[in-house]
Amino acid sequence: MDLTQVKTSVLLSGPEIIVILGACVALMLSLVPRPGQGGLIAGLSLMMIALAAAMSVTLGHTPQSAYQGMFVIDGLATYFKLLLCLGTALTILISSGYLADENADKGEYYVLLLFALSGAMIMVSGTDLLIIYIGLELQALSIYVLVGFLTTNTRSNEAALKYVILGAFSSGLLLFGLSLFYGLTGTTQLGAMATALGDADTNDPLLVLATLFLLAGLLFKVGAVPFHMWVPDIYEGAPSPVTGFMSTVGKVAAFAVILRLFMHDLTTLAPIWRTSVVVVAVLTMGLGSLAALVQSNIKRMLAYSSIAHGGFLLLGLLAGGSDGLASVMLYLLVFTLMNLGLFAVIILLNQGADRGEPIWDFTGLAKSHPGLALITLVFLLSLAGIPPTGGFFAKFYVLLALVETGQVTLAVVAVLFSAVSAWFYLRIIMLMYMKETDHPVKVQITPSIQLALIVTLIGTVLTGILPALFLDTAQAAALAGLS
Amino acid sequence: MTGLPVLSILILLPAVGAALIPFLRDAQTARWFALVFLLVDFLIAVWLLVTFDVSSSAMQFGEHYDWVPSLGISYRLGVDGISVWFVLLTTLLGWICVLASWTSITTRVREFMTCLLAMQSLMVGVFCALDMILFYVLWEAMLVPMYLIIGIWGGKNRVYAAFKFFLYTLAGSLLFLIGILLLYFSGGQTFDMLALMEAQYPFQLQIWVFLAFLVAFAVKVPMVPLHTWLPDAHVQAPTAGSIILAGVLLKMGAYGFLRFSLPMLPEASHYLAPLMITLSAVAIVYGGLLALAQSDIKKLIAYSSVSHMGLITLGLFTFDAMGLSGAVIQMFNHGITTGALFLCVGLIYERSHSREITDYGGLIKAVPLFGVLFAAFLLASMALPGLNGFIGELLVLAGAFGVSGWAGAAGVLGALIGAAYLLGVYRQMLLGPVNAPNGAALWDLNQRELACAVPLLLFVIWFGLYPKPFLTILQPSLDHLMMQLNVVVTP
Repeated sequence: MDLTQVKTSVLLSGPEIIVILGACVALMLSLVPRPGQGGLIAGLSLMMIALAAAMSVTLGHTPQSAYQGMFVIDGLATYFKLLLCLGTALTILISSGYLADENADKGEYYVLLLFALSGAMIMVSGTDLLIIYIGLELQALSIYVLVGFLTTNTRSNEAALKYVILGAFSSGLLLFGLSLFYGLTGTTQLGAMATALGDADTNDPLLVLATLFLLAGLLFKVGAVPFHMWVPDIYEGAPSPVTGFMSTVGKVAAFAVILRLFMHDLTTLAPIWRTSVVVVAVLTMGLGSLAALVQSNIKRMLAYSSIAHGGFLLLGLLAGGSDGLASVMLYLLVFTLMNLGLFAVIILLNQGADRGEPIWDFTGLAKSHPGLALITLVFLLSLAGIPPTGGFFAKFYVLLALVETGQVTLAVVAVLFSAVSAWFYLRIIMLMYMKETDHPVKVQITPSIQLALIVTLIGTVLTGILPALFLDTAQAAALAGLS
Repeated sequence: MTGLPVLSILILLPAVGAALIPFLRDAQTARWFALVFLLVDFLIAVWLLVTFDVSSSAMQFGEHYDWVPSLGISYRLGVDGISVWFVLLTTLLGWICVLASWTSITTRVREFMTCLLAMQSLMVGVFCALDMILFYVLWEAMLVPMYLIIGIWGGKNRVYAAFKFFLYTLAGSLLFLIGILLLYFSGGQTFDMLALMEAQYPFQLQIWVFLAFLVAFAVKVPMVPLHTWLPDAHVQAPTAGSIILAGVLLKMGAYGFLRFSLPMLPEASHYLAPLMITLSAVAIVYGGLLALAQSDIKKLIAYSSVSHMGLITLGLFTFDAMGLSGAVIQMFNHGITTGALFLCVGLIYERSHSREITDYGGLIKAVPLFGVLFAAFLLASMALPGLNGFIGELLVLAGAFGVSGWAGAAGVLGALIGAAYLLGVYRQMLLGPVNAPNGAALWDLNQRELACAVPLLLFVIWFGLYPKPFLTILQPSLDHLMMQLNVVVTP
């Protein structure tokens, strides 16, 4: 590797380098104990994320390879990096008030978020299984610590411990699949692997085993049934902003890897995973929607709801083609916006005496805070997929891609579960608008969380009313990615 | 065709109003504000009707902008001789709803008026939309304000009724969406309704799509056995909610058959007509019998709607010029009459807080103005000659007898049962010794209440005595529909 190659490689990985540099600077700043340093570090982190996003935009989405084929900048990578930056920035905005309330306003929090972001960004750009794995572990390790960030809170600690153990297990699965692939093809680089697998026999038991292990490891990360058991407990126990972060940024990164592996490079494996993914998708939607019906803790409910959304996203994978790819990309954008928006509301409501998150906290919100209730209404309707919100259009596009490839039965199953899941979002709307309480929650809206609410609200509405703006970007990125 | 985007103005005016209401000071301002917006909207709709070109079956006042070009979705509006009447009906009932809620809604008035205005915007949009996705978006978005209207301002069991309404309709419409997508890929990747009407679809596909549409529309109409949400929703909804439900929302199901199932899927419509006629006949008789057994006046009218809507779907699936025009006329008239009946019930409920039929007696003596109006609407609902219900029912029955004797017989039986329960109400509530529940004081209608009831009475009499203008506007569009239906019958 000569000097010019090194230079281009460094340039192409600029966004990741910026984020990691930002994390290092933030880490050093956090060593200087000073009141109010949290705000400073949050501002610095936001700036670095903005810089990284700007750099990603500048790099564009014409495919360019770096580090001798281990790293790539293409439509998929750029789109997902911007989405990851957006998700992390929103997480930072909704975190500060919460951390201050929990007496955990430490600089390390933002450092860890930035490291997680850089790991996620490496995941979406990696074209070598090892690079992807390293990115994934960097992200996962940071999130393990973030989940347990409330050191005095037993729920948070318990969740962190569970997550470490289960996460390590899933990484093991993934690594096992990865090593089998290396054994079969003699390479970890995706392009070379695709060539080596070009005429492989898809009935080869070793190949089947390798694919299923790889798939299982990744499905674990997105919380698909039957690898979903960790999701409710950990979502409930983790600090609320971290839950929001995991359910959006974590999911986006894992889906980006799934899309790159199974729809972009290793397409020859499709006959192996197809049937199992159909089963997994249906089970995921079903279990997610049905289990959410009986939850009375909002974070647990959203955990199941996000499982159900994961099932819907897998349908896009099954639809395949550029529409399938673009539909998952658009869905992830909308999901990030509406889910983080709702988490912002949850964080606002959680400032009451009890630190629990019973859904009854929403009771009578329309009377005490009509504006906030209206915003929440939009997020809930969007999650339920009611037009004219972004959530509807995202689901619609996935369904369109499914029907396009003739998988009408799956589409019908999907809409039926979608109707089921409307129930638990409606229940919260009911509590807000149709019930009254003597003890309305007191809400203090800080400027940063207000900004997050405005951004997510505008995004959720705009993706529903003018979807063309976002759709064209996703489609262009998908087409560029598939070429 | 003028350069002015009339339909967009018609749709957006209430939406703008809805967005502005939260900024108003107090409840009374909000009432006046909503009333003015909806009255202006109504006047625009009247102007639309006056300037409507009666000689053409084409879509008029058309508008077209790209929305999501890469998927073939566009913002496309237009009205023909059928939908223009429903736009009028919607806007007429709109301001009547505001007047009807003037004193009966006292809590969260601004939110209520916002919901009413939003509802109106979406309903008018549904009747004007010429793009399937635009139609679907408006059709489904309508659930939200209606859910809130029932759930916030409804009766004791309002939350249950609101959930039932929402989930029934949502489940139906989601299948409708799949049907739309099937048509989209088979009809040349466009959501333009007119283009989709031109396209030919394989028979097997038509059947599946028809069934998917059927679920959505049958829930909305509602047809037996998917009607169980209706009595709950009607009984629990506030007066304005009941008027909108009965007057406009139920019509949307029938409008769906008229706009999608018949012209786009003619072969499947013909093939499945026996099923539809059977379901309609069952609805007519079963709905009528259920109405006969009710002691709650709102429930009685709700079940009478099931019966009357059965007559409409029966007329639609006779594929006969008379049956079809009868069905459309009946749709419009049922909207007026049933809306008016719910209005009357709301007015008397406001005074006495009882919906039990047997609690009342001699209202025509106690409150003569109210009595006369209520009597007129009851008789119109019974299809008394000279009032608006007559002509539609007659045409539907004539059409039905042309297709199947026993379906016609079911229609006649339904009309007889209808006469029985409506006259029963008439006798119990209006005649006999004066009786009010718990000795509640009754007072006659004031000017505001007259202002909402009398316009409806005018329509009842006008269409009863001189329906010709109505038919003139309707005819070209109906002829066009008949042509679309018959093209395929003789392949």
